[in-house]
Amino acid sequence: MERISKFVERAGWPRILIALFLLSLFVIAPFVGVRLDSSINDTLVRFGMNGVLVLAMVPMVQSGCGLNFGLPLGIISGLIGAVTSVELEVTGIVGVLTAILIATPFALFLGWCYGCLLNRVKGSEMMIATYVGFSSVALMCIMWLVLPYSSPNMVWGYAGKGLRTTISVEAFWQNAVSRIGAFRINEFLAVPTGMFLVFLALCLAMSLFMKTRTGTAMTIVGSNPDYARASGVNINKMRTLSVVLSTWLGAVGIIMYEQSFGFIQLYMGPFYMAFPAVAAILIGGASVKKAGMINVIVGTILFQGILTMTPSVINNMIQTDMSEVIRIIVSNGMILYALTRATKVRS
Amino acid sequence: MMDNWKKIKLFLLRNAVPIVFILVSAVAIPLSQFSVDYLVQELLVRLSRNSFLVLSLLVPILAGMGLNFGMVLGAMAGQLGLIFVSDWNIVGVYGLFLAALIATPLAIFFGWICGEVLNKARGREMVTSYILGFFVNGVYQLAVLYGLGAVVPIRSAKLLLSRGYGIRNTLNLDNLRKCLDDYIPFSIGEIWIPLATFAVIAVFCLFIIWFRRTKLGQDMRATGQDMAVAEASGIRVMRTRVLSIIISTVLASYGQIIFLQNVGTLNTYNSHEQAGVFAIASLLVGGASVTRASILNVFVGVILFHLMFIVSPMAGKYLTGDAQIGEFFRVFVSYGIISLALVLHAWRRQADRDAARSVQRSAVADKGAEK
Repeated sequence: MERISKFVERAGWPRILIALFLLSLFVIAPFVGVRLDSSINDTLVRFGMNGVLVLAMVPMVQSGCGLNFGLPLGIISGLIGAVTSVELEVTGIVGVLTAILIATPFALFLGWCYGCLLNRVKGSEMMIATYVGFSSVALMCIMWLVLPYSSPNMVWGYAGKGLRTTISVEAFWQNAVSRIGAFRINEFLAVPTGMFLVFLALCLAMSLFMKTRTGTAMTIVGSNPDYARASGVNINKMRTLSVVLSTWLGAVGIIMYEQSFGFIQLYMGPFYMAFPAVAAILIGGASVKKAGMINVIVGTILFQGILTMTPSVINNMIQTDMSEVIRIIVSNGMILYALTRATKVRS
Repeated sequence: MMDNWKKIKLFLLRNAVPIVFILVSAVAIPLSQFSVDYLVQELLVRLSRNSFLVLSLLVPILAGMGLNFGMVLGAMAGQLGLIFVSDWNIVGVYGLFLAALIATPLAIFFGWICGEVLNKARGREMVTSYILGFFVNGVYQLAVLYGLGAVVPIRSAKLLLSRGYGIRNTLNLDNLRKCLDDYIPFSIGEIWIPLATFAVIAVFCLFIIWFRRTKLGQDMRATGQDMAVAEASGIRVMRTRVLSIIISTVLASYGQIIFLQNVGTLNTYNSHEQAGVFAIASLLVGGASVTRASILNVFVGVILFHLMFIVSPMAGKYLTGDAQIGEFFRVFVSYGIISLALVLHAWRRQADRDAARSVQRSAVADKGAEK
């Protein structure tokens, strides 16, 4: 009994409720005529798609910059890479690598600027990050219209310029990463091995990095800035590094997302993309100040599981699609829970 | 000479946002090729439509809780009031009054929740109220999309979705359209002036001025300046903070009702979202900061922000030959201005903090030297 209550205390009620909810959805699914294997397939695909975006939260949380609501900045860099790679008409895995390669300098530069900005506004990072994300997405809306891309796969047919809102990458590199080593279990269930491998490799790299000298210094900056200053760690440098890392992971994350999804979404597409990632890592047990690989993996599975299961199961149960509303309530409720709890722990 | 220069610098820094805005407008107005009459008319309409919403933000700023992104909760309460009034088919100013009457207890309840939540997230009120807005938006959708018509009876089929429950995406508020604006018909030449609405706004401004001088208003100011000191001098800080949010939420619900009677159509699932962003952007454009806002800021802000709003799509069109660029520019400006104002504020706060620390450090060093 004591062990149970300890576990409950450590995991927190919201998380347990969400896990139970997801479990019950999986149990109910076969009875309301939803195929379990295709649901698991969808959950796996979505897990792989979103994993890296969620991982992008970790460095900034660890260095005390809070939840990265400015993720759209990284996503924009990724989009520039993806669009350019389609413009160059590179296909397959090389196309994905080209996209990442082109996105990297943009992500590093934008991340560096963003990091310097956040260093000057300590204490209100999250609010400012949200609005920096929003304004950069709005600015890029203008850029997508103006930038001189000309591939007929991407621009509006009648005007001959200005990128379309959604661009298909089917002919170029859809599933290029997922396909590596992928295998089918039956007609409905396949495992996108490649995507998982990339995600796990990045997770492993991140957890190794967190154990290095620099990684430890970064964590100290987050958990006790005064102690960090006293031990001679350059706080601003560590914070900037963490922001650059977050932004770059955001760029890689969106490219992984697109190669599985099959479409590049421009304009207002990235606008709210930070929120699901933030919600996922919080559901996984992270707080505003602490996050690990377990939080990333568990959170992504739980959150994406709910997103996949609610539409199909609830829809078949009561003939109404409430998934959108449930998504809003669960994800924002989770963020709210984390924001209000963090102060309690501190005081 | 040095002193003057410092003063100018301080003035520029304090008013950086409105100055940038005036400069951009000065370029954009001639480009848009609008006539002066048209602009004045549009601005008057928008001033009457938006001022009340923006004014509702003042009280939490006084109490040191920053920009109340939770005002969308009030907007939702106002919309619920309007939905019921249009269901019961009550016409004109009485309808508006009844809508406000229904919205009040709802807004008080929402405001109370919002205040309690924000008390648990001291130091990051703004992000929290922002996310709270999203969260309650989910609950609102749940209630309006599935609850109304199914649990709470709605008589008029015009309001409901074809499946028999849930409210339609857009409601025509024909019974209420411009009923407050036209209550006292008034116009100068070609320009139509919604006099009654302006009267309501004026009364409300007087209320704010009066409120600041009451005991509660003074308590809020003390709380806003330093919570610990306020607590020590016997002010019930937590209660005061909750009250400030409740007042703001109730006022926002009235503001949304005034806004929607002018617009005449209710976007059931979107109207409230825009209310928050635009009101906050307007206030910041008017030169307010997260800790300091006056009634003057509100009116200057609404005029400047909406001037940009009217002018930028056309200016964009004539400048680039593409109206869509102007449209995106407008979105960029509303978000960009909020970011700019937040950054400037946080920047200044951090500079103050660093200065305070270096003073402290040198004081300690002096003491050390004396020993």
